[in-house]
Amino acid sequence: MSVLELRGIMKAFGENVVLRGVDLAVDEHRVVALIGGSGSGKSTLLRCASLLETVDDGQVLLDGEDVTDPRVDADRVRRRMGVVFQAYNLFPHLSVLDNVTLAPTAVHGRPRAEAVEEARGLLGRIGLADKALEYPDRLSGGQQQRVAIVRALAVRPRVLLLDEVTSALDPELVGEVLALVREVAGQGMTIVMATHEMGFARQVADTVAFLDGGVLLESGPPGQVLGDPEHPRTRQFLARVIDAGRL
Amino acid sequence: MALASTLLFAVVAWFAVTNSPGWPRVQATFFSPSAALESLPDIARGLLVNLQVLVVGGLLVLVVGLGTAALRTLRGPAWAPLRILATVYVDLFRGMPLIIVLYLVGFGFPALGLQGVPTSPFVLGTAAIVLVYSAYVAEVFRAGIESVHPSQRAAARSLGLTHRQTMRIVVLPQALRTVTPALLNDFVALQKDVGLISVLGAVDAVRSAQIQVGQTFNFTPYVVAGLLFVLLAVPSARLADAVTARARRRQQSGSLL
Repeated sequence: MSVLELRGIMKAFGENVVLRGVDLAVDEHRVVALIGGSGSGKSTLLRCASLLETVDDGQVLLDGEDVTDPRVDADRVRRRMGVVFQAYNLFPHLSVLDNVTLAPTAVHGRPRAEAVEEARGLLGRIGLADKALEYPDRLSGGQQQRVAIVRALAVRPRVLLLDEVTSALDPELVGEVLALVREVAGQGMTIVMATHEMGFARQVADTVAFLDGGVLLESGPPGQVLGDPEHPRTRQFLARVIDAGRL
Repeated sequence: MALASTLLFAVVAWFAVTNSPGWPRVQATFFSPSAALESLPDIARGLLVNLQVLVVGGLLVLVVGLGTAALRTLRGPAWAPLRILATVYVDLFRGMPLIIVLYLVGFGFPALGLQGVPTSPFVLGTAAIVLVYSAYVAEVFRAGIESVHPSQRAAARSLGLTHRQTMRIVVLPQALRTVTPALLNDFVALQKDVGLISVLGAVDAVRSAQIQVGQTFNFTPYVVAGLLFVLLAVPSARLADAVTARARRRQQSGSLL
């Protein structure tokens, strides 16, 4: 059984149809990379999967449970997923440590001392133990994004959803964030990531899925989708990416 | 230089006023030291009433204003009635002059003759002030809530926080920081408007002054009461300035706060 399964996801904002029936299954310990141009629906798909948007049609299944069923308490479902955003979205009025311990204590009801200890451990592992009491605006973009990843991991999610987590970063800061994602993936976390980093997708992802105009045109092992794509649209997209020097 | 020009201006203004033909009369009726001293104890006692209204009213305004703002920012069709109610309340009491609300509440409620409705001008005056000021403060809070970027809400909800937790832990603390200068300004305005409860007959500073003016036909007590209100307002005004300046510095330092 897949950890996360999307079935026929449809989503429109007014007249603008963004997703036209997307199916995607993510098995445990697997990493799926969503690629595609801007406006192809990657972010919206992740927002639908994390129940930050309500789908117009289709289902999201988490561990086999249909969590788009209106009778399901969405707040309880979101606790089991971790989301990392393009713009980090750390809480600026809370210290780094409080950002990380907020959900474990307020949502999962874990004792503060225990949550603090674990948060400090996580921050230590990313080399930011000495920043625990700083406020986010004192950190670099790369540091902030790594804290955001740790914040998402602190709730021990079933699946981690990464929405272009390096797109807002200065180029020299991209590496440290990707290194952390690679490490998290290596520990067996189930991950769905929207990304423009094709090289990274090739190395880390088990499956690459190409979204175009709200449709999942093809998906498969990275070598196949990135190296020898079936669909002409995929080839066009990859050619443009190569021109831009990102592969 | 600034000091010199200010002093020069003050001296010129002083001479212009004191050499005007009516000055001796004005001095006697508005600035009589003996009348001032005589009226001071009563007016000061009356000011305590104003201070009570200020403290009680100020706290109630924060609660009611925040509650109203929270109702106005509720999303979803199910909350529409509450949202509309809050909007109507804000429109009504932001548009109506405070003095009219004071008359309506202060004289209307007791006239109903209902059991249990308080008739004390202190209580009714405070109620009227709270009704009007909460409408203003609700809008200040609402602006603050809406100034918090939606991505902050998304991050909070994605962690599993409920709507209520998101508001309490993530949105409101950031909103409060943004609106503190505006709130302090409203507080300065409230400090003098508490003097209006005198129209209901509450014996506050203004009413005390009025009583003495009526007895002596000397207007000095009004000046005394006015100066006391100014003394009350100056510290809050300086505090508001300081907080505003601090907020601006924060913004310029490139912080997202």
